[in-house]
Amino acid sequence: MAILQRVKLQTLSIPLLSLLIAFIFGSLLIAMQGSNPLFAYQVLFTKAFGSIEGIATTLAKATPLILSGLAVAICLRAGLFNIGAQGQLISGALASAWAGYSFVGLPFLIHIPLALLFGAFFGSFVALVAGLLKAYRGVHEVITTIMLNSIVIALADYLASTPFKEPDQPITRTPKIEESARIPDLFGLPFGFFIAIAISVVFWWLMRRTTTGFRIETIGRNRNAGWYAGISVKRVIISSMLLGGATAGIAGAVETLSITGRFEPAFNAGLGFDGITVALLARANPLGVIPAAILIGGMRGAASTMQFRAGVAPEIVDLLLALILFFVTAPILLRLLKRKEEGISLSSGWSN
Amino acid sequence: MRFRLSYFVIVSSILLFAYFYSQNSIVTSSVVFTAIPFALPLALAAMVGVMCERTGIVNIGIEGTMLVSAFTAFFLGAILKNISAGLFIGIMTGVLVGLLLSVMTITWKMDQIIAGVIINIMAAGITSFLYRQNYRIPSTFLPIDIPVIGDIPVIGPIVSNHGPITYFGIIFIFGLWVALYKTPWGLRSRSVGEHPSSADTAGVSVVRLRYINVTIAGAVGGLAGSYLALEAVGIFERGFTAGKGFTALAIMIFGRWNPLGAFAAALFFGLSQAVTNQLMIDEVVQIPQQFVTMLPYVLTILILAISAGKVRPPAAEGIPYEKEKV
Repeated sequence: MAILQRVKLQTLSIPLLSLLIAFIFGSLLIAMQGSNPLFAYQVLFTKAFGSIEGIATTLAKATPLILSGLAVAICLRAGLFNIGAQGQLISGALASAWAGYSFVGLPFLIHIPLALLFGAFFGSFVALVAGLLKAYRGVHEVITTIMLNSIVIALADYLASTPFKEPDQPITRTPKIEESARIPDLFGLPFGFFIAIAISVVFWWLMRRTTTGFRIETIGRNRNAGWYAGISVKRVIISSMLLGGATAGIAGAVETLSITGRFEPAFNAGLGFDGITVALLARANPLGVIPAAILIGGMRGAASTMQFRAGVAPEIVDLLLALILFFVTAPILLRLLKRKEEGISLSSGWSN
Repeated sequence: MRFRLSYFVIVSSILLFAYFYSQNSIVTSSVVFTAIPFALPLALAAMVGVMCERTGIVNIGIEGTMLVSAFTAFFLGAILKNISAGLFIGIMTGVLVGLLLSVMTITWKMDQIIAGVIINIMAAGITSFLYRQNYRIPSTFLPIDIPVIGDIPVIGPIVSNHGPITYFGIIFIFGLWVALYKTPWGLRSRSVGEHPSSADTAGVSVVRLRYINVTIAGAVGGLAGSYLALEAVGIFERGFTAGKGFTALAIMIFGRWNPLGAFAAALFFGLSQAVTNQLMIDEVVQIPQQFVTMLPYVLTILILAISAGKVRPPAAEGIPYEKEKV
């Protein structure tokens, strides 16, 4: 019992301490720019968590981040670093937008799941390219997923500007989705939020209670031991990339079907990249992803208010997130706390 | 086999060049000329990878190193109205990033992939937070007309009239090849990358050599970033490096962790981009702009898919060095 408590304390204390230190560093930078850091943080957090509407906005912003965080986390569990959540998310967003406006006259009970499925399928398709290259050619997933991000962004831009373009207007974007594909709100909250929570719980169950999860975990901890135990490394790599890609695709689909209502290249910017921060802050725990995403979603949602009221550039959030990431992953805090180090370890090198 | 293939590539590219040159000399020279500014930042960034990985440190943070260095080089060059000062500051920024990576990967023994990705994310965060519009550098580094070589027919117009960083960079690449294969430093570096405990037994300080190499590599990354901001483009924007640091890793692998191999691979990349641009200008092919943007990324993946299984990376790459306890 005592051990269990200590483990829990450690998984919580490191992220919290990282947040604190990142905010202290951030306040120095805000002060350097001539603004009052305490006031800026106060505006940021009262806007994000201080009112019902604020919390609703925060949860709406957190929804795609929970999903993209899961997309990164599930791959981290398998020892893969999926930097490509962004590309998978955009692929899913475009595919679901297409399904949303192309099919006319479907009842919403069919249309919404269909559009989500399109998102999941095309998200996982992008991830599959990286998974196959990793499994069969030993190409490191970090490079392929980054390159795929750029390819998907360019391809989506082309598709939205030519074949899928909304006719008779100058903007590069797809037509609006049908009403039957729109994900409704529930209790003033976007329904997508509940979908995201449900998927987190499913992943938690998958990792804790199923042989699939056990295989992923084993390969993630020690590839050779897993291989020796008879687990197919190739299959685990491909299936976890597929799972991650599908989740990122759903992230894009949920965002499209409940918030944006169509695909536009400028939408979805950074959602997949924030997923990396979410996953590492949650130490790749499927349930830990939820609070991490809510925190980051809140900061993202309130950044423009902070700029308006406290005069701090909204990019401070990017910087804060980078600092959080640094302190969460670097073992300096663990050393300060004199705890045993247990960093996340991936397969380094280009051919394993 | 390996040698025959490279000879084949060299001979066939000379023949191709001769054919196109006989068809249209002006356009052919200008295409090869513009391939060099496309290739140089990739080649320099690949040198960062070669230097780090040959001593056993995977550096996936090249992109971030270039981005931050381009940022400091550009803005301090603009504020001080002195591009040479900007260049110096850009290189020093690279040194700092190299030191940070060293501390994370060598002293703290962090996962090297995560360390690199964090450098990239921090670089993007810092540069986008501090970015300001309406800054201008007084001028870019101007092209140098090389006196004798510039007058040689055919080759002269291609190799002359590049900027100073370009020439320095090319000299550096050849110098690195010599240093890596013909000097004690190179032998030690390679042995540390292949079998650090043997190197340690032979009296090489693994930690010190890794620190030195990763830090110098950081300076080279700083040079690559400064080149983009101060010589090639003359501006800075958010996300300015556009994945070049990752393409460079593919180039490094394609070049078999050899400086000259990587330089050749970078030239191939640069040439493919220059040719595509020319085809677009001549309207020979009607490709949407987005597909042109995609080209280097698709090539990167293709090259990795072809070469990754066939080449052997330094054996100790990615593994933190633990001194054996007696």
